[in-house]
Amino acid sequence: MIYRRFFGFPSYEFRNPFAEIERMKRQMERLLEGVAGPYQRQDAGVFPLINLTESKDSFYIRAELPGVVAADLDIQATSNAVSITGERKIPVENKDARWHRREREAGKFSRIIAMPSEINPDKVDARLIDGILTVVVHKAEAAKPRQISVR
Amino acid sequence: MTDSKEIKVREKQELTTPAEQTTPGIVFSPQVDIFETDKEITLLADIPGVKSEMLNIDLRDNILTITGDIEPAGSSNEENVLIEFDTGRFYRQFTLSEVIDQNKIDAKLGDGVLRLRLPKVEKATPRRIAIKAA
Repeated sequence: MIYRRFFGFPSYEFRNPFAEIERMKRQMERLLEGVAGPYQRQDAGVFPLINLTESKDSFYIRAELPGVVAADLDIQATSNAVSITGERKIPVENKDARWHRREREAGKFSRIIAMPSEINPDKVDARLIDGILTVVVHKAEAAKPRQISVR
Repeated sequence: MTDSKEIKVREKQELTTPAEQTTPGIVFSPQVDIFETDKEITLLADIPGVKSEMLNIDLRDNILTITGDIEPAGSSNEENVLIEFDTGRFYRQFTLSEVIDQNKIDAKLGDGVLRLRLPKVEKATPRRIAIKAA
């Protein structure tokens, strides 16, 4: 009774002194989410950014690589990872050109993507169309889901 | 010069404009390079995934508008595992201070990069004035 009068909390809060801190942390996170907007997402911080999707028997890696030609791209696969290495070249323009804006960047890049399950490194297909790289990676036989018939 | 440089991750810039788009979805502002010579202005824009028939370039009243629509990648039987970037329409506008010869505009699209040549009209190109001795 005295507890209640002093702290205004039901007594169960005292069994877990961290509950209140946890609650504050959650509230803080919710607040920050509102400030940063829904478009805030976690990425590995390595160029290029990738989207990884999966179907029943393959993984699809997609990356936006505008201005990169296929000859400057090197893709390697092991049984559990795919590496994408390359260089984006921006040709030198007329030297008496006066620049208004330079936002596009040239340079090298390298990224290794760990696969969520085992893959077949012999069955990797990569295409570069309109600046979008799509790598189709087939899952290893052992990693494919199997239909179990119920008797 | 650029040999040793590594490309840093830059998140795609979402467009924030007072004028809302009529179609739903995220709109991105493409990264551009613009340079000018005596004869023309050249604009290079990174618009990965835009096909030439989905690209719209419009120039009127000195306002250049570039709109590029993309088709969603992948099929419906794919499930997302890791999503680091979003895709959507590209849209950007520029106000041109020079007078552009509308008939000579030339646009090329390759490997996700648009190269737009905007030739200036004759009278806008600087001309050296020869001074004759009196």
